[in-house]
Amino acid sequence: MTFDLPMIGALSLNQQAYLATVIFAIAAGLLGSFVVVRRVALVGDTLSHAILPGVVLGFIICFYLAMERNSWVIFACAAAVGIVSIGVVNLIQNTTRIKPDTALGVVLAGFFGIGLAMVSGLREHYDARASIESFIFGRIATINEQDVIAMLVVTAIMSVVIFAVLRPLLVVSFDKGFALSMGYPVKLLDCMFYAMLTMTIVVSMQAMGVLMVSAMLITPAASAYLLTNELLKMIFLAVMFSVVSALAGCYLSINVDVGEYRNMPTGALITLAASLVFCVTYFFAPEHGVLVKFLKKLRHRRRVRRENTMKAIYKLLENEGFNSDTVSFDALCAVRRVDAVRVRKEIDQLVKKLFAITHEDGGKITLTSEGWKRATEMVRIHRLWELYLINQADYQADHVHDDAEKIEHVISPEVMAKLEKELNFPELDPHGKPIPYTVEPVL
Amino acid sequence: MIEWLNKPMILGISALWYVLMAFFVALPCSQIGVFLMLRRMSLVGDAISHSVLPGIVIAFVLIRDVNSPWIFVGATLAGILVTFLIEQIHQKTRMKEDAAIGIAFTALFAFGVLLVGLFAGRVHLDAECVVYGELTDITNYREVPVFGYSVPQPLFTAGVVVLFTLIVIKLSYRVLLVTSFDAQHATAIGYKPALVQHLLMGMLSLVVVNAFVSVGAILVIALLIIPAATAYLCTHRLVLMMFLSGLHALISSVVALYVYAHLNCSFAAAMVVTGLSLFVLAWLFGPADGIVVKAFHCRIKVLDNQAV
Repeated sequence: MTFDLPMIGALSLNQQAYLATVIFAIAAGLLGSFVVVRRVALVGDTLSHAILPGVVLGFIICFYLAMERNSWVIFACAAAVGIVSIGVVNLIQNTTRIKPDTALGVVLAGFFGIGLAMVSGLREHYDARASIESFIFGRIATINEQDVIAMLVVTAIMSVVIFAVLRPLLVVSFDKGFALSMGYPVKLLDCMFYAMLTMTIVVSMQAMGVLMVSAMLITPAASAYLLTNELLKMIFLAVMFSVVSALAGCYLSINVDVGEYRNMPTGALITLAASLVFCVTYFFAPEHGVLVKFLKKLRHRRRVRRENTMKAIYKLLENEGFNSDTVSFDALCAVRRVDAVRVRKEIDQLVKKLFAITHEDGGKITLTSEGWKRATEMVRIHRLWELYLINQADYQADHVHDDAEKIEHVISPEVMAKLEKELNFPELDPHGKPIPYTVEPVL
Repeated sequence: MIEWLNKPMILGISALWYVLMAFFVALPCSQIGVFLMLRRMSLVGDAISHSVLPGIVIAFVLIRDVNSPWIFVGATLAGILVTFLIEQIHQKTRMKEDAAIGIAFTALFAFGVLLVGLFAGRVHLDAECVVYGELTDITNYREVPVFGYSVPQPLFTAGVVVLFTLIVIKLSYRVLLVTSFDAQHATAIGYKPALVQHLLMGMLSLVVVNAFVSVGAILVIALLIIPAATAYLCTHRLVLMMFLSGLHALISSVVALYVYAHLNCSFAAAMVVTGLSLFVLAWLFGPADGIVVKAFHCRIKVLDNQAV
């Protein structure tokens, strides 16, 4: 191999390590996005384990050709075995009833076992200093120019290819059937994808190790997936996350000394950094974050309770023929089927939101005009919906209440207007109670 | 030939201990593996086998004793933690299960590797052990008397795990069967699939720890999945599948001794290679799903059609 970039040779070992991890992070982020949306997250894991026999074979060939460790030979053997392993997974799935996950597991474990048997059984047939262990745990410090160049070349080619066929690749990843109907070469695109995946894993294995390759193909892209619905944005975010994790992990590994001149394992640190990023997005992603979803649910539940209280006040007033505009706290407690403390809290909320005012130290409650408007609206939707279910959907009169109880909190004013029109502005609900259209208190 | 067969005998009594240990490690894995496969959770097994690492290391750093039962406790907790994480990621967000598995176990395994790195001086666990396992190390342990024989201590522990696993499976066989095939029906007749799931995950963690020290973190998955997949190619009856899966464990333990003796490779790797060969045999000739058998059936059908 005569072509080499003199620049890379001039870098210090640490600089090479940074460069290698960043290049790998870019490749992993790019491919990872497709891995995640294609739902083949564990294929990367399988591949990174399954190429071990190829790696050992490469070492053995180097040994017998009396060469120094030659990265290109090793890469070629590993890639060949990687492709074979994917073929075997497909073959198992196509010829037996074994499920995909089991097929992946068999190939992952079986090939890795063969690799380990070769590592330990053929010790005399390869250079014992070769430290094949580094392919398993990653040893960024032993990375050489050839490795960096290989990673650079593969990543560059891959980026160009991905952006050249971005659209077809995207369509195939999301919906194979649709891609076929569009006339895209689905098989070819699939092969390209797996070839790129294999090449990336092969060239980065030694620096990064099995674990980190698996992790970086999934975790940063998964974080991005929680943040956006657009593939381009997702790719961008995934690359950004993986580069940040790689830099952070590398920095910690190189600069933090844990005693006895030992450094913490780079691969593990980078993986943990990526996991941390995922953890943050898991909770705080604006749309899909768990915490955000939880808060949304909480807010909705609060609103429902508030609206139910206002409705209860309306009904109390209605029962008295709208003779006053005030209900007592005790009467309200009696109709709301929750304990007094909760009712107190709900009323405090109403007051805070300016939907109600209280008199006599909270013993009496009056709705403000805004509160009255909301309460009327709730009752109106509830009764309209009951009528709608009975007239248009043939529900039994005693089956409609629970449904209306839920729907009243989610129907928008537009839908309500439609309902009114559809039902021709009825005046009474199925139970004989008037449907309120006015927004002002009757008093 | 005789010479070839006798080769392992130079190991003396150790040969017996190796085979027994291998079998005691592989047998419970093969039994749990059948249920994993049927529940399409094979890769959860992979996740757990990686994730027990931090549990083991933390327990070890705290207790400083490899043989302490606390190691099992720590590992089982880690195993349960990873299934919990997978569920949380899978159910609470739009991540698919495979991605959830990948995210959860790589994080825990990385944490474990980091701990091994930090405590390397004080922890007997090292990188080699995590990858290869140290099955052939059992002869270096102290021996304990069992029924008048003195056996290596790890063998005794593994034996206890085997007994425990088999008894639990025997007792909960019916529930495991029903929930594995039809969770809805199981719920309808009053079983609790979620509870059974937790039981299975707990057992899985136990057998994984049992196997961990002997075969390493990564090859455990082979002992879980390959016997089950092989048995699945031979039969579709659960009882038979479990029996064949156990048989697979036995054969691969015995044959692995020869592979080990002749190639001088890692015993765990020898077990996996043997197991994989059996899988390939079943793939070709398995009575239920083998390629050759299916081709034969097709041929008969074609002939029948021609006769008509």
